[in-house]
Amino acid sequence: MTIGVASVAVSQPSRLWLAFSRNPLFWLGALLLAIIIVVAVFAPLIAPHDPLEQNIVARLEPPSAEFLFGTDNYGRDVLSRLIYGARVSLMVGFVAILIAMTIGCTIGIVAGYVGGALDQLVMGGLDVLLSFPALLLGLMIAAMLGASLQNLIIAIAITEIAPFARVARAPTIALKQQDFVIAGRALGFGPVRIMGVHILPNLISDVVVMSSLWMASAIRTEASLSFIGLGVPPPTPTWGSMIREGFDNILDAWWLAVFPSLAILVTVLALNLLGDALRDAIDPKLRGE
Amino acid sequence: MSGEKSSVSTFWLVFANVLGDPVISFAFKRLLLAIPTLLVMLTAIFVLVRLVPGDAASVILGDQATEASLRAMRARLGLDQPIQIQYLHFLGEVLTGNLGQSLSSGRTVVQEVLLVLPSTIQLTLAAIVIGIVLGLPLGILAALGRNSWIDYVSRLVSLVGLSFPAFVSGILLLIVFAIQLGWFPVLTSDSTDPLERLRSLALPALNLGLILMAYVVRVTRSSMLGVLGEDYIRTARAKGVTPTRLVMRHALRNGLIPVVTVVGLYFGTLIGNSVLTEIIFNRPGLGKLIFGALNARDYTLLEGLMIIFAICVIVLNTLTDITYGLIDPRVKYK
Amino acid sequence: MTSFPRPALDLRNLRTEFRIGDHWYPAVRNVSVSLMPNETLAVVGESGSGKSVTALSILRLLPHAGARIQGGEVLFEGQDLVTLSERDMSTIRGNSIAMIFQEPMTSLNPTMTVGDQIAEAILIHRGGSRMEAKAEALRLLAEVKIPSAKSRLDEYPHQFSGGMRQRVMIAMALACHPRVLLADEPTTALDVTIQAQVLTQLEELKQAYGMSMLFITHNLGVVAQIADRVAVMYAGEIVELATVDALFAKPMHPYTAALLRAMPRADRANESLEPIPGSVPGLSAVPTGCAYAPRCPFKDRSCTELHPELVSSGDPGHLVRCPVRPVGGVH
Repeated sequence: MTIGVASVAVSQPSRLWLAFSRNPLFWLGALLLAIIIVVAVFAPLIAPHDPLEQNIVARLEPPSAEFLFGTDNYGRDVLSRLIYGARVSLMVGFVAILIAMTIGCTIGIVAGYVGGALDQLVMGGLDVLLSFPALLLGLMIAAMLGASLQNLIIAIAITEIAPFARVARAPTIALKQQDFVIAGRALGFGPVRIMGVHILPNLISDVVVMSSLWMASAIRTEASLSFIGLGVPPPTPTWGSMIREGFDNILDAWWLAVFPSLAILVTVLALNLLGDALRDAIDPKLRGE
Repeated sequence: MSGEKSSVSTFWLVFANVLGDPVISFAFKRLLLAIPTLLVMLTAIFVLVRLVPGDAASVILGDQATEASLRAMRARLGLDQPIQIQYLHFLGEVLTGNLGQSLSSGRTVVQEVLLVLPSTIQLTLAAIVIGIVLGLPLGILAALGRNSWIDYVSRLVSLVGLSFPAFVSGILLLIVFAIQLGWFPVLTSDSTDPLERLRSLALPALNLGLILMAYVVRVTRSSMLGVLGEDYIRTARAKGVTPTRLVMRHALRNGLIPVVTVVGLYFGTLIGNSVLTEIIFNRPGLGKLIFGALNARDYTLLEGLMIIFAICVIVLNTLTDITYGLIDPRVKYK
Repeated sequence: MTSFPRPALDLRNLRTEFRIGDHWYPAVRNVSVSLMPNETLAVVGESGSGKSVTALSILRLLPHAGARIQGGEVLFEGQDLVTLSERDMSTIRGNSIAMIFQEPMTSLNPTMTVGDQIAEAILIHRGGSRMEAKAEALRLLAEVKIPSAKSRLDEYPHQFSGGMRQRVMIAMALACHPRVLLADEPTTALDVTIQAQVLTQLEELKQAYGMSMLFITHNLGVVAQIADRVAVMYAGEIVELATVDALFAKPMHPYTAALLRAMPRADRANESLEPIPGSVPGLSAVPTGCAYAPRCPFKDRSCTELHPELVSSGDPGHLVRCPVRPVGGVH
């Protein structure tokens, strides 16, 4: 959650690069994220076993040479399920953020550009949305719509719309008073063209920077919802539901809960490191002189 | 006749004077703002609940229900009325505190909530204490240290803390400290022995509290860093104010104000995290309640709980805003 | 031969550096000047000339990271402030040497009442009870001509206008009767009419309290109004030092002359204003030899090779750092 930095100055990508490329935390986060993405993309090649293959004989086995992270209740290899689970988490997070970004930025830009009563109304709505905890919001939506991959993505996307709208609105208000926009209007450019072609590109870097942080939040929410049982239905492996299974067997099989937990932690941490470094690059005050 | 008139005008006089007080009028305005927000949320919940696929009546009565009983159930639930009437009914019921009956237990929603409320409040208070008592000093030290080892360590620690989803950290704590090391009980005990209850409270409170602490450290650090760079700190130094007094009297007063707001806004997330924590540690509370309602498809209880959560969030946000208005003189004396 | 009175404040070869990237660059380069008792010394220059840094160096108020006093002495009442412990420095700050700053809007603590902030200075250095300190604060507020001082004592800075806040800062600075007042562009951020009022007040108070004042400004008009002597700074060095009359009548350094030409003057009608070509060099880009040479119309080859010293110009008390200036001053 950003700390209300109303920095309206729009950042240039080249300047940003200089700022965050010096930050070692950025590279750590980027490295971790790269590893996870590679693992997810090449899952079929990396996973030692079929994640769905049940092996009743080898149920609930602790980590061993054959099953590096142990097996679960149905004898399935935890490591392989973990690897395939990365796909779900990353995809859900990415798609949800993409949707939230599109809808949120549109709302933010339109509200900021049009101003007046519409803007006030939208701001009020955003404040209401923002003040509601993401988990509870997602929980309510997913509970009502039913558990499925689609609904999960929708629920998470809805929780992340408001931050994007906020971050798109502030620069729009500043930009619309700049000369090049006024000149454009004088030339007869319609509002859609101005918003899309002139205002939007200037926001992109700010929006992309924040999306890393919010993707971390999205994946956290996804894991939580999956844990509660509102995520992708079985037998698809997702980290959240694996932890749920681990929780149900917590006294006997600690490995079922620990490894997916670490996976989530590392992924969210990587995105946070990345996002923090990027955000510090935009806001000089937080860089600590 | 004149007596009545004077008492009315006295009332308005007092009212106007009371409102004239900047603090009271600020609080009043803020309260007024909360009402439309609440309305919007209630409407959203209303819409959401009615989005449930399938007919609520058949969900409740099951597949074997006869057409007649389905119709009767619908009439009972008020589902045969036009949507506007249903909406008004809905609002009316919320206002009168009638949130319906739990489908699984038969008790009213309000009763269910009251049963578990003390436990949730205990947990939340303990978590807040841990988070603030540990987080504030660390954040202040980190800002004062500024790129020293304390700074880097606390930044890393708080980043890691913020990356944990609450249920993940809860599970890890459970595994390490309760199951493997056995320092704390795995299940919350019902015993009346205060020591036992404290032991049961410890891990869940730590879970919530440590995550809150991570957040507080970050916010405090950045706020204090901002304050320490301000001109008036330099003026105070130029006056001969010693470093200790500089921090305690000048920097803290200004630096902590935004922390109040941000922590207040965090309450929403705290509620969310406490839901997960209660599930993990099997503690009675609003979290367990919602979990149970989900599993049992108890939509009435779910709806009621959502309304209660919405009210809590709005109340907490309003209180935070009012507190902020009270401590920042720039808001008080406009 | 008359014996010279001891200076109230004596800077000798003061050198302050800032860190940019991995290197330290000087912002104040071997500045030596004396501030005599009851004197107003104006320090003039464009932004980046090092004038503010000089004042901050005197009171050791530079930011901890990235700035350091590399050498020189600041002699005050028999002590070298540069080598003083931080503890001893804080007994001097606000007490025997006080400073007022440029931005009245941000230079006062928004969460403390004005009365408390003034009283704080008194309580720190003079002790006493809170009642006594508040009473003294009230007296000071009245002295700087804040109307309805009694009721305004418990108000917060945001309830005052810019000019009023600056007066509050002055009251705060004078609370302990300092011997030296460092004023860093105190009127720059104020409206012109308020400027005049504050300047007059400063002058009156200086007389009443018997202080010396080091007044930093980039505005030569202000200099003409209040200064006794003037030091012109460029790129961290003093390039000319003279009495105010001598400086205006007979500027010696080409930079001073250029500054004067760039300023509208009532005593010289029908002159066109000339901006100075080029710009002040950044900290890391100070040229070798004379720092002003790239912009100077009188430069010759020796200017880029030899670094000129600050020497007497021939006129008593008039020092200049330019060996190639035209004889008889620049016009």
